[in-house]
Parts: sequence; C-alpha cells; structure tokens
Amino acid sequence: MASQQIKILMVAIALVAFVFIVPQSGSFVILLATRAMAFGILAMSVDLLLGYTGMSSMGQAAYFGVGAYLTAVLATKFHFGMGWDFWLVVVLGILIGAGLAALFGLFAVRAGGVYFLMITLALGQCVWGLAYRWNSLTGGDNGINLSGRPNFGLDLGNEVIFFYLVFGFFAVSMLMMYVLVRSPFGQSLAGIRERELRMQILGYNTWLHKYIAFIIAGGFGGLAGVLWAHTNGHVSPETVVLTTSVDALLMVVLGGAGTLIGATIGTAIVFGLREYLSTLVPWWQYALGGVYVLTILYLPMGLMGIPSRLRQRFAQGKNEDSKKLATKPS
Amino acid sequence: MNTQFWVVQAFNGVSYGALLFLVGSGLSLIFGVMRIVNLSHGSYFLLGGYVALSVIHATGSWALSLPLAAIAIAALGIVMERLFLRSEGFEVVRTLVIALGLAILFTLAFQKWQPHIVGSKSEFAIVAAIATVVIYFLLNRISIVPIEADVLRQVLLTVGFAFLFQQAALDIWGGNNMDINPPPAFTRSIVVGGTYLPLYRVFMIAMAIAIGIVLWLVMEKTRMGAAVRATVDDAQMARGVGIDTNRISMFIFALGAFLAALGGVIGGAFLGIYPGLDFEMLPLAFAVVIIGGMGSLGGAAIGALAVGLADNFGKALFPEISYFTLYAPMVLILAIKPTGLFGRE
Repeated sequence: MASQQIKILMVAIALVAFVFIVPQSGSFVILLATRAMAFGILAMSVDLLLGYTGMSSMGQAAYFGVGAYLTAVLATKFHFGMGWDFWLVVVLGILIGAGLAALFGLFAVRAGGVYFLMITLALGQCVWGLAYRWNSLTGGDNGINLSGRPNFGLDLGNEVIFFYLVFGFFAVSMLMMYVLVRSPFGQSLAGIRERELRMQILGYNTWLHKYIAFIIAGGFGGLAGVLWAHTNGHVSPETVVLTTSVDALLMVVLGGAGTLIGATIGTAIVFGLREYLSTLVPWWQYALGGVYVLTILYLPMGLMGIPSRLRQRFAQGKNEDSKKLATKPS
Repeated sequence: MNTQFWVVQAFNGVSYGALLFLVGSGLSLIFGVMRIVNLSHGSYFLLGGYVALSVIHATGSWALSLPLAAIAIAALGIVMERLFLRSEGFEVVRTLVIALGLAILFTLAFQKWQPHIVGSKSEFAIVAAIATVVIYFLLNRISIVPIEADVLRQVLLTVGFAFLFQQAALDIWGGNNMDINPPPAFTRSIVVGGTYLPLYRVFMIAMAIAIGIVLWLVMEKTRMGAAVRATVDDAQMARGVGIDTNRISMFIFALGAFLAALGGVIGGAFLGIYPGLDFEMLPLAFAVVIIGGMGSLGGAAIGALAVGLADNFGKALFPEISYFTLYAPMVLILAIKPTGLFGRE
C-alpha cells in the first residue's frame, strides 16, 4: 500500500511541476501541452476499456468526434457555449458521448476479442461517414471553424488561462478514473479482464459491468472532444477518422495499459514526436512508426512495464546462471 | 431517374465491387487462416499502385506493371509476415532489419545535430554501419515477446507498418495525386442496349471474375486449397493431422498482398493514387470481409458486390448519409452474426 502512496505522490508532484513549468514556456509549448492533455483524456478513456476491462476499442474517436462536433455546431449555428453556457456544453458533451456509447454498447459489448475490435471499428466508421458526408450539419470534408474560444469573465482566448482550464479537466478526469478503477466496481472490471467466465460463475452480471464501463469511457471521450474543439478551433472528419482511434490505442499500449498514467505518458510522447519533431525534421513519421513497432515487439506492457521487465530479466539471468552451474561437467 | 440511371449505377456498383473483391478476398483469407486483423492491407493497395506507376514510367508497359507490382508487394508481404508477425525463425534477420532502421534514424538525427561530422554520403554510411552493429548487439540482449495469440498487438503492429509505408510512399513518390493510365484500347466505351459502358470497367469485372474462379478452383480442387480450408476451420487440428500451417500462412499472406496490390493497379486508373488512399480503402475492405464472413471466399465475393452497390447507390440516392448506409449494416451483421453472413464458427 505504501508503494501505491509513493506512486500517487510522484504523479502529483509531476503534475504540479508540469502546471508550473509549461506556462513559463513559449506559446508553442503551451498549445502543444493543451492539445496533448485534451487528447490524453481520450487516451485514458481507452485505457479504462483496454487496461482495466480488457476491451480493445477501435472506435473511441466516435465519442471524441460527437463531443467536438456538438461544440462546433452549437457555437457556429446557435452561438451557444461561448459564454457561461460553455459549462452547459461540457455537460452536454459528456452526455452525448455517454449516450452514444450507451447506444453503441448495445451492439458492441456482447462481442468478444477480435469481434469487439471489428464492431467498434464499424461503429466508428458510421460516425465518420456522417461527419464526412452530412454537409449541411458538419461542413463535410472542410469541417467547421470556430470563431474563437468562450469568454465568461475568464477569457479562454488567452492561451495560459485555457491551458489551466484544460489542465483542470485533465487532472479531475484522471482523479475520477483513478477512483473508479480502485473502487469495487473497478476491481470487478479487472476481474472480468482476467477471466470473465469466473466472474460470471461468481454471480456478477459481467455484461452490465462492461456496458457501464463502455458508457463511462464514452462520456470521457465526449468531454475530451469538447476540449479538443476549442483547443484546435477547427473540427473536421480527421477528428473521427479511424487513425484517431488507433492513435489513442497505440498511446495507451505505448505508455502501458492498465496504469492510466501510462496513457498520459504515451500521449505526451506521441504528441511530442508528431508536433515537435515534425517542425525539426521531415522523417518524424518513421520515428513514430518505429516507436510503435519497437514497443509492440519488445515492450508489450509499455513503458510502465519496463521495471517489471527488468526485474524478470534479472531473475531469469540468475536462473540461467544457476542452470549453467548445474549442468557444468565437474 | 429512369431505367438508364439504374442500369448505369448498378453497373458502376458491380465494377466497384469487382475492385473491392480483390482487396477484400485477400484480407478475408488472411484473417481466416492466421486470425490476424491486417491493418496494413490498405497500404498494399496503395503501394501496388505506386510500384505500377514506377514500372509504367520505366518501361511504358501497363500490362507489365500489373504482375510486377503485385509480385513486388507479395514479396513485401512475405517479408513482413516472416520477420514480424511470427516470433520464431529469422530472429537474426529481424534484429538486423530493426537495427538498420534505427541506425539510419539515429544517423539522420546525428546529421541534423552535427552536420559537419556527417556530411557526405560515405560518412553517413560509415556512421550508420557502426550504429547498426552497436544497436544489433544491444537488441540481441533483449528478447522479443511472442506476438502470436495477442490480437491487439498484431493489429497495432500492422498499423505501425502502415504508418511506415505511408511515409515511405510519400518520400519516394511524393504527395501529388497521380493517375495510372491504361492502354488507349481500354478507354473506349461499348454500347449495350443503348447504354454506354466504359470498357475499362467491363475489364475490371472480367478480371475479378477470372481471379475469383482461379481462387475458387485452387481452394476447392487442390490439395493446397484443402489444407488452407482446414486451417481456416481449425488451425490446431490442421497442425495435428500434419498440415504445415506455418507455410500455409506465408502463402496466404503473400496471396493477400498480391491481390491487394493488383487491386491498387487496376483501381488506380479511376480512383487515382494519392497519399491517404490506404486508409480510405481499408475500412471498405473490412466491410467486405465482415459482411461476407471472415475466411470465406464466396462470402468475400458477395460482400464485395454488396458494398460496391451500397456505396454507389448510397452516393447517388442519399449522399448525406451514404457512408452511414454502408457501415450501419456492417454493425448489424456483426451484432447478429459475428462471423459474417457466410463465415463459419
């Protein structure tokens, strides 16, 4: 238990350091950090499914997308959500993400393994198809440009203020998900991940557990979408495209599934590579692809799995040594 | 909307379905045999088109570009399957390939940082060679975690490769939209019952039917085909009765890449070849596989026809929700019968 408290303390210190250091840097870094945090909420919601429930969703961008499109459509068509009603949009974004997940979950949750992967892919494509083609609502391929960020006494047009706001959402989301996975409900999710049949025999309604987790993840996805729309000032079908879902999955696997903090580390690395490295060198995508391939081949538990991998290696090394000793002819 | 409209749209739908059959059948067989969801399948389609462009540029022959591009991409597929989708065998080559790739990236970074040290090509080669050796020995200390039986990691690995292929294609062939021009003989139209039908699309349909028949004959009438079907039904049992499933998967993976690349060359004439086409074709190919059923050839044919027609009529009749009408049935089929319409449990 003590080690758990040390870990929490480390995360808290890292977050505090982050929130003090970033605003001192240039506007490029502030915007980059804001984008990464908004996307990080999505990545953590993927981790909730993948790392804690064992469901690998390939369509998480759908909830992200509806949140973002909701924000953009309300702002441009109804001039709603640019003042105090921004907070209403946040609530609506969470609700629409969760609502869509509640609908999609009816189809997806009972499927297992590779079929879950495929069905979430198809569901994500449904939303992408609407975003791409429903010109009158979504602006089609061009997407929607927002005219600015909300201003309710606090002017979110100011990068630093907006950074603090997104950081607040990010930290609260992380805390809520942490509390969730440590709760009895989260523990039974982990049980389902380990062995669903055993949980069923123990009398748990595993479908309902997975369904609720799916809805919660959808809600966080919607929240991330609302923040993303205001961070970028632009929403297009790119937001809901298949590669966005896959990116979120890769970030989680890169950092380490089932750790939440791993999802944020993965997000930070991918955003850093993609947006910072791309300003420096033209071959950044090789670096990104290489990171993915290496992680998957060598580090299935992600970066957070390195300590246990090392421990395992040392233990193995000892065993091998003792074997060598044992088989050495005397 | 007279009869003419319906005939033309149906014809376009069927010819698009013919193209989708080439992409989808390979994906379906790969899934059936290896249980791998191959997200780099769209890349094979795109790379096939690009290689064909280079062949046409070099030789001027369109007919030659078809087999050459398909064989080149099939070879790429074999390399990917042997080196990265199996953990046993070729460990040394795999580690070398990874080390070489990392070393080149490292040298590029070093060049960026210290341009006066790594200036010329020979200096670059020397630094890269040294880095390769060092990284090779470092990587040799770490063992690969077997990737078999982990669906998610296989999927993500193929995505990683799709990203790498995407960037490589961009670097080699540039970002412009290019067209593959078939011989002039194919650009004419034929008149059937007062309707003008482009000859090229007729050729596409004929090609898909011919390939479909050959595939069907191979699968149903040969020993190899029987072994493939046995592997689809129960890989463990097939191994038990002495079928070399390892060789079968290599063969199927190469075949899938071959067909996808062929589709890229044929489809390049009317879709164009451009960056991003890979991830546009991929979901369509998945729709084919899912509607038809994974690992079933006949299913892929029907799935391709259904997707081709749905796509064409959707775009013509209700453009605003056309993709929705394509993917929503896919969801329903998956929810009701996860193995697809013609897939076997």
